[in-house]
Parts: sequence; structure tokens; C-alpha cells
Amino acid sequence: MPATFALNVNGVTCSVTAEPDTALLYVLRNDLQLNGAKYGCGLAQCGTCAVLIDGRSQRSCVLPLSAAAGRQITTIEGLGTSERPSALQQAFIDEQACQCGFCGSGMVIAAQALLASNSKPTEADVKRTLDTHLCRCGSHNRIVRAVLCAAREGAA
Amino acid sequence: MNDNRDWRAAGAAEDPSRRVFLKAGAALVVGIALGPSAVEGEAAEEHARLPGSLNANRMLDAWLRINANGTVTVFTGKIELGQGIATALAQIAADELDVDYSRIEPVTGDTSRTPDEGVTAGSLSIEQSGTAVRFACAEARALLVGAAAARLGVAPAELRVADGTVTGPGGRKTTYWELTADSMLHREATAAAEPKSPADYRYVGDSRHRRDIPPKFTGGQAYVQDLRLPGMVYARVVRPPSPRAELVSADLERTKALPGVVAVVRDGSFLAVVCEREEQAIRAREVLRESATWNSPELPLTLADTFDRANPGLPAHVQVVSEKQSQAAAPAVKRIEARYTRPYQLHASMGPSCAVARMADGKLTVWTHSQGVFPLRNDIARALGISPQTIVCVHMQGAGCYGHNGADDVAFDAALVARALPGKPIKLQWMRDDEFMWEPLGSAMIVKLTAGLDDRGRIVDWQHELWSYPHTTRPGGKEGVNLLAAWHLAQPSKPPFPADVPLPAGGSDRNAIPLYDFPNQRIVKHYLPEMPLRTSALRTLGAYANVFALESFMDEAAALAGVDPVEFRLRHLSDRRAGAVIEAAAKKAGWAPRARRDEGIGSMLRGRGIGFAKYKNLMAYCAVIAEVQVDRESGIVQVTRAWSAVDAGLSVNPDGVANQIEGGIVQSTSWTLKEAARFDRSGITMRSWADYPILRFTEVPAVEIEVIQRPAERSLGVGEAAQGPAAAAIANAFAAATGRRLRDIPFTPERVRGVLALKRTPDPQENPYRSNGGGKE
Repeated sequence: MPATFALNVNGVTCSVTAEPDTALLYVLRNDLQLNGAKYGCGLAQCGTCAVLIDGRSQRSCVLPLSAAAGRQITTIEGLGTSERPSALQQAFIDEQACQCGFCGSGMVIAAQALLASNSKPTEADVKRTLDTHLCRCGSHNRIVRAVLCAAREGAA
Repeated sequence: MNDNRDWRAAGAAEDPSRRVFLKAGAALVVGIALGPSAVEGEAAEEHARLPGSLNANRMLDAWLRINANGTVTVFTGKIELGQGIATALAQIAADELDVDYSRIEPVTGDTSRTPDEGVTAGSLSIEQSGTAVRFACAEARALLVGAAAARLGVAPAELRVADGTVTGPGGRKTTYWELTADSMLHREATAAAEPKSPADYRYVGDSRHRRDIPPKFTGGQAYVQDLRLPGMVYARVVRPPSPRAELVSADLERTKALPGVVAVVRDGSFLAVVCEREEQAIRAREVLRESATWNSPELPLTLADTFDRANPGLPAHVQVVSEKQSQAAAPAVKRIEARYTRPYQLHASMGPSCAVARMADGKLTVWTHSQGVFPLRNDIARALGISPQTIVCVHMQGAGCYGHNGADDVAFDAALVARALPGKPIKLQWMRDDEFMWEPLGSAMIVKLTAGLDDRGRIVDWQHELWSYPHTTRPGGKEGVNLLAAWHLAQPSKPPFPADVPLPAGGSDRNAIPLYDFPNQRIVKHYLPEMPLRTSALRTLGAYANVFALESFMDEAAALAGVDPVEFRLRHLSDRRAGAVIEAAAKKAGWAPRARRDEGIGSMLRGRGIGFAKYKNLMAYCAVIAEVQVDRESGIVQVTRAWSAVDAGLSVNPDGVANQIEGGIVQSTSWTLKEAARFDRSGITMRSWADYPILRFTEVPAVEIEVIQRPAERSLGVGEAAQGPAAAAIANAFAAATGRRLRDIPFTPERVRGVLALKRTPDPQENPYRSNGGGKE
């Protein structure tokens, strides 16, 4: 049966009514009209849907709404905007770190979580962290450079 | 990367040739764009030929509009794929018009607004659309300056333009925004206005940041997946379990009773569910799928059948595509032959295909990430039996497609559902398994090569024989319908005959003709139009397999001749730009003859190899050097580094060029090391990324690119230039590292362990790099 849940998304509390096992991804995209998290596989394999849950990067395509309620949810929209991007987002823009960009939002989220726990990651740290995120255009090296650049500038 | 920032000065000196190049370039445009090619032919008979896509879309106001609010709208029939075309076209327009770049607002593929430029494919956008925009804007500038001259009462030559402000003697001025009138650009282009000389470019040649990027990293609306319309409902399809299956029954009533179900649509073997909420549609899809029974005939062939026999056993169109004979050549004293294969491979886009469609007031609107909105519109119209004039197809970005993926098919799926539910906007999203099971595949191929070398170690005879399924079965043909669901309807449409793309661009035989100077050569294709598995355009078409084979075989021939592979290539090349990219890549990599292998440490072997091609033999020149590390124990091949040099003529946006080459090398590394479609006689057996692994961050090589900027040369397509050379570079590096050769893609650990375990053939020349001992025949 559908139930109503209070969600804290990007610092704002909102109320959503849906089946408790609804993947958080669809609530973010459809009920809250947030574009950042993407449907890529629905199986937690690719990382396009990653969001921060209490600061940790998680796959919203397999996270039930009921499990997300009451926790701090941060999507890429919560980091910055096109006009005022965060330092990390700016680093991705500066490095022109994508082609199609479909994986990009998940990459930024994973990097944000990494930098929060390790402000001076090595290249190997970044690659290891992002190894569960897929990119098909071959933008990997630019993405790694963007994260390292943001780390140097103290983005976390 | 090196974007040679001092090229402007060099370009100035070469300026007089510029115009000639652009005109020559226009004549070279080849008809891979399916839509307007017929129109182009007719137009050419009645009118003078115009450059690029201007020829088929001849009105100036089809390309640009000067707006009273101080902006310029530039229209292109091409679409943004994340390749940066909207940015590059804006750079060209800003330069030709003499306005600030920020004033340019590009509008991409929209059947109701933009010129018809067929498909955005084949690395042709700068050549076709860029050329049209350049000439249209140059002519618009001349018209605006003419109007300013009349208004200010001075000669046009006395006027200067800066950011749209036209200034004459004594500081009298007016602006484009004051001068503009609807009628001014509503006229046929003449291409008589001289485009800028490269020395005067302000934006072209500059690595401008791409305009499409900021929304992509900030959650802006960037993709068709992000489109939300009032009252929109969510649809999913239930596809057959195999390509030839027919629906026997499905429990529509039980599905309709599920929460949120708006409709269940069935037409023949096409099944879809529509729900108020997306998660409801996903659940209803499962219920409907489980209730369905199908009649599923087995596929006639598997890939193993195809590759295990010399003749695949299907009707083949055999054609000699190139033949050259010279009596003067020295006789061959040594001969080698080898057979290379490439499996079926996938586009494997990060986002499964998606479309939004709405039928309202007798008009169908489809928002789509198709590469060709006009061809798509034609096929939808034909399949639905309605006029194309009642359909609007609007491009919005999707995940990178790299060719013909599910984009067009999902658009038609959405159209079918929209037709069944007039008034309701439908968002139809394929699930991951839909994309893996139903995207058209890149064709499997076999290439057999034979070469004869004379007593000086030069190749005097070269034979290339290939077998391939179709590489282009996109919508947009003159007859038939190339849309998946159209074949499943109660009143089905038929696909048209899948003709191969003709040379010089070529399809299955793309890049099969060597750029090297061989006195005798014979290139034969066996084209197999009957597809056991549906195949279509995957980035590079046949060039990936042909260049992999050709460039691997060049190394085999070099080893037989006992000559360094770089030197061997240069000895056979008279095209100086080809030699220049090979030399530049070698320099960048610190290539040292006879030092392509080191012993590595422990079980590791290391080596370097080179690959080269001029894409389609018409486009960008690209050389790639790869360094690989081979683990003797596990059989794992890692590409550790890659260097590349690319000559794309005038690079409008050098970082965009570098991004394409870098991405192409990484993608090709993934194809070459890891990728092969899985299937059996029931059909495709891939459902998720677990069934089709691709390269991951820890496996990606470090890449360095040198873009050789040639401002006086016309721009050459670059989007598919690196894949073939990268594959061959990896194969040649493996051979350098191990003394064995891999001739079957992908280079899986099993295959690597297999060739390393083979007993080594004694080498009469004691050349450590000779590599005829390995490989599967």
C-alpha cells in the first residue's frame, strides 16, 4: 500500500506518497523533478543514479524509499547550479570531463563522497573509488583529473 | 595536448588557398547522409552546387536568424551527441558574422525548425553543417554590411564590424539588431561571400568550453529523459524473448487491474503498459511479461557457425572493391597470410533509450535522441500510414549512442503508445535488458590478408578479403521501415534491403583499401545482407575490423622484412600528412626502433605497438601507439599508456578533437580487450552489464594526444578516427611484448593464455619481434 514519507533532500524536507519499496531514483526524478540522478541499469551496476545518503555515495535505483526516509539525501543539484557550481563541479567543467555526460552526475557524487573522507586522494584512490562507475565515452582520464584538481584546490 | 597556438600566423600566409579548399571540400562530401542525398542530386541539376549542406538547404534563413534582441539563432540539422557540435558551429558562426560568441544560440535537429541534414553520423558534421554555417554566415554578414552601407550612405568597404556593430567613417554606426528584417535573409544562398581567412579567426581554432557541459554536471535539463510534460504518463514495453518470436497470448486484463495502470497496448506482437507512476509501469511490465506466451523459433545461425567455416553459408554479394596491378613491381620472394576476426559488439549506451511522444489534434510530436530526426519522421510516417507533415521529431540529447542504438526504436514505441492514448504525453523508457537485447549490433567480421614481399622487404602484393553483415540499417530508406516495433505489429512493415554504404566512404569495406603504396592489390568483400542477428551502424562501421587487420598485418609483414614497424610504414607511404602523424606519435611516445619490448617484472611482459589510419581514407589522419602489459600467469592484458597524433585539418575546437580521439582510444581499448556480444540460438542472452563488461577506471590507459593544427586545410571528421588504429596498436604491442599474435578480438585472458601456451615456431631470422607463431587459425 502506498504510504507517505518525509524526505530530506538537499536540505529541504518534503513529503512523498508512494509504495514503500519504490526506488528512491523514481521519487527524485519524478516526484521531486530532480534531473541529476539518472536511470542507467536499475541494478546498481553502473553508478549513474548515485546520490549521497548521509554523506555516503549510494545507488538510488535500488534504495527503497522507506530506507531513504529520515536520512540526509544529497543529489548533484544540492552541490551547486549551472550559474554557481561547486568547486568540484567547476573542476569537471574546467576539465571538460565528459562527452555525453550521462555518467557525470554519478561521478561527481562519488567524488564528493571520496573527498569528504580523503581530502588528498592519490590518482589510484580516485580510480579505485570510481571503478564501480561506468563511462562509455572514454572520459575516464578527464574525470580523474577533475577530481584531483578539485582536491588540490580543497574542494571538500 | 598541444594545440599549436601559434598557427594563426602560419595560416595567414596560406590564405589564398583557403577558398579553394572549402569548395573542393564541398565537392568531396559523400552521400552517407541518407535523407537529403536524393534532394541534393536534384538540386545540383537545377542550380549551382553550394558548399556542404547548404546545397540541399539553400535558403539563408534556414541557417540563421538575426534577432532584434541582439542574439543570433543558428540552425543545424545535425544534433548534439556530446561531441560538441553545437559549440563548434557557434564558433564558426561568431567568426563569420563578427559577433561575440555569447550571442550565438544554436538550434539542433528539429523537423519543424532546422534544415534536413539527414543523420548525424560518419564524422561529417563539421564538413557538412560547419561548411554550410560558414558560408551562410559570411553571406549574411555581407548582406548586413550592405544594408548598413545604404543606411549610412557610405561604401561597404568603408565599414568595420565589431560584435554586430557596424562602424563607418566619422564614427557613424548602426547594428545588426537594427538592420535585421525578416526578408533580408529569406533568399537563396549564393556562397559568393568570401569566408574569413584563418588569420582572422577569433573563435575557430580555440578550445572553447562546450556549451552542453554545465547542465550535465549540475542537474540541469540536459536529456530527453529530463523532459516532463503536464499530465505525462510512464510507459514500458514487453519485448519478445527472441528476435523472431510471435506473441501467442498475454493477460491484458490482469495487468490492467494493477495499481496505476492507465492502459495496456497490444498490436500484434507489440506490447506496452502505461501507468501513472514510473515504478508502477516497471511492475506492470513484469506482470505482463510473465503472463505472455510466445512462439519462438530458433535462430538459424550462431556466431560460432559463422566463424568456424570459411564460408558463412549465407547468400553473399561478392565484389572486388579495388584492384591494382603493376607489371613493373619486383617479384614476391616471401609470402604471409593471416585471418582476423571481430565479434558482434554493442553500443552499450550508459542510458537505455528513451523517448517522449504526444498525439494531439491529429499531430504527433516525438522528442527523441535519434541521430536523424528527419529519417526517423519518414519511417514513423510510413509505419503508421500517415503523412510526415503531421509528425514533428525534436532532438534532445540522450546517453552517448556511438551509432544506431535503440534511439529510433524507442521513439517509434512511444509513438505507438501515444497514438493509442491521444492527448496524453507518454514517456517511454527502455529498461536495461531492453537495450542489451534489442539494440542493433555492430557486425561480426572476418578479414583474410595475404602479402608478398620482394627481396628488398617491400610489399609488392596485398590481398584483403572480408566477410561482413550490414553496417547501416537505420531509418530513412526510400522504402520499407527500419523500426523494430513496426515489424511486430498486426499489420507489419518490412525492413528495406540493407544496402552496404558505397565507397569511397564504404561500409563493410570502410578502410579496407590500404593508404599504403602497394603496386599490386586486390580487395574483395563478401557482403552478407541476411542478418541472423540484426546489425547496424556502430562507430566506424567496418573500419574498426579492417584497420585492426590491415595494421596488424603491416606489423607481421614488417617482422618478416626485419624492419621496425614505424620505419616500415613510412617506407610504404607517399601521403605526407599520413607520415607526419606517424612520426609525431612516435616522437611523442619516444619510440625507439628495436626497443619495443622490455622484460618487465615477474610474470609481466611489456611492449609497444603502432596503428594508423586515415578514417574512411577521406577524413582525419590518426596514429596511435599503445603500451601494453601482459600477465603471463593470468593472461590479463592491460593497456597502460597510449599516445596519439591526429591531423584533422583545421581543428575548429582542438580540445574537442582531443576529447574525441582520447575517448575513441579508450572505447577501442574496451572493445578490443573485453567486448563480444553473447547469444545462442534463442537470441541475445545479455541482460545487464554483468553479461557485457566494459573497461573500468583501473583498466584505462593514460592517454596523450597531439592535435596537429592545419588552418589552411579543410576540416576533417574526427569522431571515429582513433578506434581502428588503437585496436591495431594494442595487437601490435601485444605481439611486441610476447612474440605471439592475437588475431581474434577480444583479447580475453583465455585467448591470451592460449597463444602464450602454444609452442613457439622456430624463427629463421631470429627476430625477437616476429610474431607468426601465435594466433588461432
